[in-house]
Amino acid sequence: MRKRQWLSKFLRWFVYIAAFLTISALLFLIAYILIKGIPHLSLSLFSIHYTSENVSVFPALINTLTMTGISLLIAAPLGIFAAIYLVEYAHQTNRFIKFVRITSETLAGIPSIVFGLFGYLLFVTTFKLGFSLLAGGLTLSVMILPLIMRTTEEALKAVPDSFREGSYGLGAGKLRTIFKIVLPAAIPGILAGIVLSIGRIVGETAALIYTAGTVAQIPASILGSGRTLSVHMFALWNEGLNPNESYATAVLLLLLVILLNFISRKMANRLEKGKQHE
Amino acid sequence: MIKHREKITKIIFTLSAGISILAVLLICFFLFLNGLPAIFKIGVFNFLLGKTWKPANNIFGLLPMIIGSFYVTGGAIILGVPIGILTAIFLAYFCPNKLYRYLKPAVELLAGIPSVVYGFFGLMVIVPLIRGLFTGNGNSLLAASIILGIMILPTIISISEAAIRAVPRHYYEGALALGASHERSVFFTVVPAAKSGILAGVILGVGRAIGETMAVIMVAGNQAIIPNSLFDGVRTLTANIVLEMGYAADLHREALIGTAVVLFVFILIINLSFSALKRKSNI
Repeated sequence: MRKRQWLSKFLRWFVYIAAFLTISALLFLIAYILIKGIPHLSLSLFSIHYTSENVSVFPALINTLTMTGISLLIAAPLGIFAAIYLVEYAHQTNRFIKFVRITSETLAGIPSIVFGLFGYLLFVTTFKLGFSLLAGGLTLSVMILPLIMRTTEEALKAVPDSFREGSYGLGAGKLRTIFKIVLPAAIPGILAGIVLSIGRIVGETAALIYTAGTVAQIPASILGSGRTLSVHMFALWNEGLNPNESYATAVLLLLLVILLNFISRKMANRLEKGKQHE
Repeated sequence: MIKHREKITKIIFTLSAGISILAVLLICFFLFLNGLPAIFKIGVFNFLLGKTWKPANNIFGLLPMIIGSFYVTGGAIILGVPIGILTAIFLAYFCPNKLYRYLKPAVELLAGIPSVVYGFFGLMVIVPLIRGLFTGNGNSLLAASIILGIMILPTIISISEAAIRAVPRHYYEGALALGASHERSVFFTVVPAAKSGILAGVILGVGRAIGETMAVIMVAGNQAIIPNSLFDGVRTLTANIVLEMGYAADLHREALIGTAVVLFVFILIINLSFSALKRKSNI
C-alpha cells in the first residue's frame, strides 16, 4: 500500500514539474526580451528611412502591414469561400471534398522554407515578379490558406442548423441564407481565424527571404522588394551588427503577437458565448 | 435571374475549394521539375549518401544535412515530448479551472511566437550558456535541440490534451471505483487509451522540428559536417537552403532545390502518418 502511494506522489510531481517548465520557458523568454529590449526602443528607431547609422525599423513595420494586407486580400476570400463550399454545399462523402481536405492538411504541414522556394520558383522567376512584396504576399497567401479554411469551417459548423431551416422556411434561397444568416452568425469565429493568420504573416521569415527580398526601405509599389519585421530581425543577425536594434525589434514582434493572440481569443470566446445563449 | 446567381456563386465556391488541390499540385510540380534533374545528374546515391558538401568543387553530398536534421529533431523530441505530454496531462486532469484560464492561452502564445524571436533568444541565452558550461563556441547541436524542444511543445501539448480529453470519462471513473488513486487512474487507464492521439501529436511535432528553419540557423553553427558530439555545430536541410540560395547558380542552385525535394518527401511521409493516426484516434 505504501509503495503505491509513493508512485502516485512521484507521478504527480512529474506532472507539476513538466507544467512548471513549460510555463517558465514562456515567461522567461518574454521577460528576457522585454527587459533587454524596452530600453532600446527609441524614437530614432521609427524614423522614416533606414540608414546604416540609424537602423530604423519603421520601413519594416510598414512593409509588414502591406504584406499582411496583400496576403489577406488574396487568402481570406478564397479560404472563406472554400469553407462555405465544404460546409454548406458539398456532400460529405464527395470525392472532391476528400481531396480538398487531404491537400489542405498537407499544405498546413509544409515547412515555410518550402513555400519560400515554391514562391521563388513560381512567382519570382516564372511570373517574373522579381523580389517583391507582391510575390511575398502571394506566397504567404498559399501558406495561410489552410488556416483560414479550417477556422472558417469550424465557425460555420458551429452555426446551428435551425438558423438555416428558419431561413429556408421563410422562403429565402441558399445564397441569401448563407450571406444574411449563416455568415453573420459565424463572423467572430472567422475573424478569430483571420487574426491568427495575421500572427503567422507577421512572424514569417523563411518564406519571405527569397520572395519579398531583404531591402530595408519602403518600396514605391508592391512590385518592389521590402523586408518585414521578422525578415528585418533575421537580416540584422545575418549582418552580425546591431544587437540593440535586434532586441528592440524582438520586443515589437513579441508585443504584436501577444496582442494578436489576445484579440483572436476574445473573438473566439464571443462565438462560444453566443452558442450558450441559444 | 436569381437561379443564375445561385449557380455562379456555387461555381465560385467550388473553385475556391479547389485552390488547395491546385496549390499542392503546383508545389510538387515546381519542386520536382527543378530539383529532380539535379539529383539525377549528381546521382541519387551520391546526392543522398555523399558525405562532402563542397559547392565550389561541384561536390554535392547531402548526408551531413540529412543526419543533421535527424539529430536536431531527435534532440528536440527527447526534450520536448516528455515535458509536452506531461504538461498535457496536467492541463487535462490536474489543473484547477482558475489556472487553466491562463495556462491555455499561454500555450497558444508559445505557438505564436515567431521563429526568429526563438532563434534570437537561443543566440543570446542558450548559446552563451553552453559556451560557458561546456566546450565549443556554443553554436551547437545541443543549442538547436533545446530551442526546437521548446518550439514543438505547443504542438505536442494541444494535440495530446485533445486526445486525453477525448477518452470517455468513465475510463477514469471506473479506475477510481476499483480503488486506484487519481494519478494511477490517469496514467494507467486514460493515457494508454489516448496513445494513438498522443503519438499523432508527437509526429506533428517531428514535422515542425524537421521543417523549422530560422531558429535553427541562428543557433546551430551550420557547418556542413556530420557532428561528432552534442557541442559540435550542425547544419540541417532547411538551413542548407536558406544559407546558400542567395548566391547559388546552375547545378548548385538546383542541388539546393533538390535539398527541398528531400525535405518535402520527409514531410509528406510524416503528414501521411499523422493523418492516418488522427483518423484512428478521432481527434
